[in-house]
Amino acid sequence: MSTVVEEKALLNRTSIGFWLYLMTDCILFASLFATYAVLRNATAGGPSGNEIFEMPLVLAETIILLTSSFTCGIALIAMKSRNVRMMIIAMAATFVLGAAFLAIEIGEFAKLISEGHGPQQSAFLSAFFTLVGTHGLHIFIGLLWLVTMVVVLARTGLTNKWIRQMTLFGLFWHFLDLVWIFIFTIVYLMGVAK
Amino acid sequence: MRYFTGFVLCLLLTAAAYVLVVGGSTGPIVLVTLGVLALVQMLVQLVFFLHLGEEASPRYKIVTFALMAGVLFIIVAGSLWIMANLDYNMMHMTPEEKDNYMITNFDKGF
Repeated sequence: MSTVVEEKALLNRTSIGFWLYLMTDCILFASLFATYAVLRNATAGGPSGNEIFEMPLVLAETIILLTSSFTCGIALIAMKSRNVRMMIIAMAATFVLGAAFLAIEIGEFAKLISEGHGPQQSAFLSAFFTLVGTHGLHIFIGLLWLVTMVVVLARTGLTNKWIRQMTLFGLFWHFLDLVWIFIFTIVYLMGVAK
Repeated sequence: MRYFTGFVLCLLLTAAAYVLVVGGSTGPIVLVTLGVLALVQMLVQLVFFLHLGEEASPRYKIVTFALMAGVLFIIVAGSLWIMANLDYNMMHMTPEEKDNYMITNFDKGF
């Protein structure tokens, strides 16, 4: 009787600990957002946001990341009902969508840099690359984590430890989509609408 | 299914914000509307995706989230406030005047 209760308590404790990490990560993003907000008009003769942002691509990134957050949720539901096949399909979809998001972002960065609008051109661009790049780095780490989860699953099967770690990955991935809403709104939409 | 409800709501909110901006609207009211749409979408994701508010008491997640939101507000609003003041007080000066201003005020001990 007690093992089920203990496992639930352990999952609860672990996810609170991870939640605290996510909150400190929010503070990191808060300072990057503050820096961006202060420097948004410091273009030093370079382009401003509405001259370089390609909004259709950014909308595609937003929808792709939102959908991958949704498929990640489906993977967690499938995990709870021990539907491993469904879970693997949802995890694969999450990975593909996350990788597509990252590919679009890297393409955007490469294009800006090749046109001479790299982070060294103005304080605005430095803040832009730092904020958006830090989010992209989190996505990259998330993708590595997801691959690791699949490798471990293939070796050990659906253990309690694996279920705990996958729950934490779910929190991480949903959290990254949450941060992206604010990058989408504050950096891109408000940059174009101001 | 709750995830699906959250997903559809987020798609609608994203589309609304995007159409508003691509339609060419500008101005303070549009910026405030965008901010409100983002905050609503944040709440939708917190409830439907991150399941905030479902934990049993003691509610550590909600408490730490509220503390984080407080610190976040101080960092962002504080930075904007201080830097806007600095900008307002110094923007009419030439670089030489700025240097002199800083040197004289430093001598006064600020």
